[in-house]
Amino acid sequence: METELQARITAALGNRRMRANIRRALDRSVAKRLAAFPDRDELEDLRDQGQAIRTHALAHLPELLDELERNCSANGIRVHWAETCEQANRKVLDILRRHEAQMLIKGKSMVSEELGLNAFLEARGIEVVETDLGELIVQLAGERPFHILAPAIHKDRRQVAELFKARFPELPYSEDAEELTASARRILREKFRGAVAGLTGVNFAIAETGTLALVENEGNGRMCTTVPEVHIAVTGIEKVIARLDQLPTLLTLLTRSATGQPITTYVNLIGSPRRSGELDGPREVHLVLLDNGRSRIFADPELRATLHCIRCGACLNHCPVYVRLGGHAYGTVYPGPLGSILEPQLQGLDRAGALADASSLCGACSEVCPVRIPVPRLLNRLRAERVSAGAGSQVRGRGSRRDSRQAAIWRLWAWVHTNPGRYRLVSGLLSRTGSLVPRLVTPWTRSRRAPRLAPKGLHRLAREAGFGDD
Amino acid sequence: MNKPDAVYFFGTCLIDLLYPHVGLSAMRLLAREGIRVRYPQGQTCCGQPAYNSGYRDQARNVAAAQLTAFPADIPVVVPSASCAGMLRVHYPRLFAGTDDETRARALAGRVCEFTEFLMRTLGFRPVDLGPPLEVVLHNSCSARCELGVADAALELLDRLVNVRTLEPDHAYECCGFGGTFAVKEPALSAAMAADKTAAIAATGVPLLVGQDCGCLMNLENTFRCRGNGPQVKHIAELVWERTGGN
Repeated sequence: METELQARITAALGNRRMRANIRRALDRSVAKRLAAFPDRDELEDLRDQGQAIRTHALAHLPELLDELERNCSANGIRVHWAETCEQANRKVLDILRRHEAQMLIKGKSMVSEELGLNAFLEARGIEVVETDLGELIVQLAGERPFHILAPAIHKDRRQVAELFKARFPELPYSEDAEELTASARRILREKFRGAVAGLTGVNFAIAETGTLALVENEGNGRMCTTVPEVHIAVTGIEKVIARLDQLPTLLTLLTRSATGQPITTYVNLIGSPRRSGELDGPREVHLVLLDNGRSRIFADPELRATLHCIRCGACLNHCPVYVRLGGHAYGTVYPGPLGSILEPQLQGLDRAGALADASSLCGACSEVCPVRIPVPRLLNRLRAERVSAGAGSQVRGRGSRRDSRQAAIWRLWAWVHTNPGRYRLVSGLLSRTGSLVPRLVTPWTRSRRAPRLAPKGLHRLAREAGFGDD
Repeated sequence: MNKPDAVYFFGTCLIDLLYPHVGLSAMRLLAREGIRVRYPQGQTCCGQPAYNSGYRDQARNVAAAQLTAFPADIPVVVPSASCAGMLRVHYPRLFAGTDDETRARALAGRVCEFTEFLMRTLGFRPVDLGPPLEVVLHNSCSARCELGVADAALELLDRLVNVRTLEPDHAYECCGFGGTFAVKEPALSAAMAADKTAAIAATGVPLLVGQDCGCLMNLENTFRCRGNGPQVKHIAELVWERTGGN
C-alpha cells in the first residue's frame, strides 16, 4: 500500500497537463464558493445549523433508519438493507432480473462506485450506461471518477474530443463543448427511451416523510428516476436526516459549497412510485441502504463525524494535496480529505491507512466544510490508531503500522524532551555538529537546503540576555 | 485581557535550535513594552512532532514537562501559531481523562500567539523607523484555520507605516511543511513548497515574513535551493529591527 501510493504520487506530480487541468478547474470552484457566501456571518450560522442537523441525525441513526423504512414503505418505496457491497449488488441484480432488464441507466452515484456495481452487472451481461456527462466520460475512458462531483475535471476539451472520436467514430469530430454535449445527449436519449430501470444515488433521505432528495444539474437524474418503469436508489445509511424542514439548510449548504449555485437546476424529491391516476413516474421505487462498515464508524463517538459528510466536495476543491495529485492517485473510490478519513476506516488501516499520512494537516478542508467535520483531528486520530499497540478502539487494521524501530525513535525523542537537562545537552551537541540527524535530512534536501543549526541556542541566549524564570 | 506585568515566553524547539535570534527579538520587543519576560529553562518542545505522528503517549510525556515548566498564572507567549495551536487546542484533548487535565486546560487558556498578544492584548503601536519596503506575509495554516489569528499579523504589518504588504497567488494555501509531513511525503511537500515559493518570487518583493518558523524554514531552504528569491524573516525580527532594536 505504502509504496504503491508513493508511486502514484510521483506519477501524478509529474503529470503537468493533468495538474494544470485540475488547478484551473478547482480555482474556479473555490472562487464560485467564495462568491456564493458573501455574508460571512450567514455562512457561519448556516454551518452551525448544518453541523447540528447532521450531528443530531447520526446521534439518532438507528431510530431514524427505522422511521425512514416505515415511512418509505408506507409511501410504496421498497426498502432493502445491505450490510456488504456484495449484498447490495445482489439486490440490484435481483430487481433487474425480475424485470428482465438488459440495461441499467444511471445517474451519478458515488455509492454505486463503492459497490463496484458497474463491473458486477456487466460481468452478468447487463449493460450499464452512465448518463451524467462527467460520469459518461470516465466510463468511456474506463476510469474511476476523478472528483466526487465533477468526475472528469482532469480532462480538457481536447481529451474529451479524442475520447468521443475513439468511442463514437460515426460522429463528426469536434472540440466544441456544446457540440460534444449535444452528441452525448443524442446518444443518451436513445438509451433513456429503451431503459426499463434507472439507478441513482440519494443526497438526503428524510425519515419523517419517507422522501428521497436528489439534486443535479443535467436533468439526467430526473430522467433516470421518472422515465423507466423501475427506479433504484442506492445510498449509505448515514444519509438519513430527521425532518423535511431541515432539508433547505442542507441543500443550500450543499449546492453553494459544491458549485457556488444558490440551488441546482433540478431538485428531485421522490416520495413514492406512480400512484393510481398519475400519468408518469416509475411503477416501482427501491431504496437500497448500504452499511459496508459504516456501523463500525458510527460506534466510535469521535470518528462518527466522518459520517456527517454531505458530499459537497468543497474539501477536495480546497485541498493542497488533492489539487496536486488529483483523484486517481489516492487509489480509492473517495479521494481528497473526505476519502482520507473515510477510506482507511472502510477498507481498514492496513489497506488504506497511508492516506492519513498524506496530509500536511493544514485544515483548509475543515475551514470550508459545511458541516464542520474536523478532518485534521480525525486524520490525527487515525495516525494514532495505525501505530497504537494493545487493545482499544474498533478501527479496522488498528496497529498495522506499528513498527518497533519507529516506536523506539519516538521513545528516544521523548526521553530527551521530557528532561530539560538531557534536552539542553543533546541540543548543545547538535548545535556543535551543525546539522540535524542525517536520516531526517535526506528526503528534505532533495529540493531544499539543509537547515543550519545556530551555534548558540535560545536557552543560552536568553540566559545571557538576562531573561530568567522569575 | 488587560496588559499583564509579566509573561512566560515559550521559545519552541525550532527557534531554540535554528532561529534563536527570532526568539530573542520577540522577547526584547515585549520587554521594551514594559513586560517582564520569563524564559523557563525547563521548556523543551510542545510535543507536536510525536502527536502528529500518532505517538500520543510520547507526546503526552513531553507535554507534561511543559505543564511543569509554566506553572504561574500568567500568559504564555508563543512565537509560532503551530506550537501555540498544540498548546491551546490539543493539550486539553491530549490530557483528557488524565490527572493532568486541569493543569493542561489552565495552560491552554493562558496561551497566546505572539502577534495575537501584541495586537489583541497590548494594542501595540509600533513607530516604524525603517525605509519603504514591500513584503509578502505568509500566514501559517495554524494561524488561519486552527487559531483564527491570521488577522493579527496582517494588522501588525499594516501598522508599520513604511511597509506595504503584497499578496501572492494562492496566498491561502499551505506551504507544504506540515512538520513530519515534509519528511514522510517529501515529493508532495516539495511540490507544494515549489508552487508557494514561485508565487512569492513572482511578486518581486525583497522580503518574506511569517509567524511560524516551520513554514519559514521550509520556504527559506527551498529558495536557497532554487538559488533566488527574497530574504526570509520572522515577523518578530522585522518589527524589532524597524522599531529601533538591534
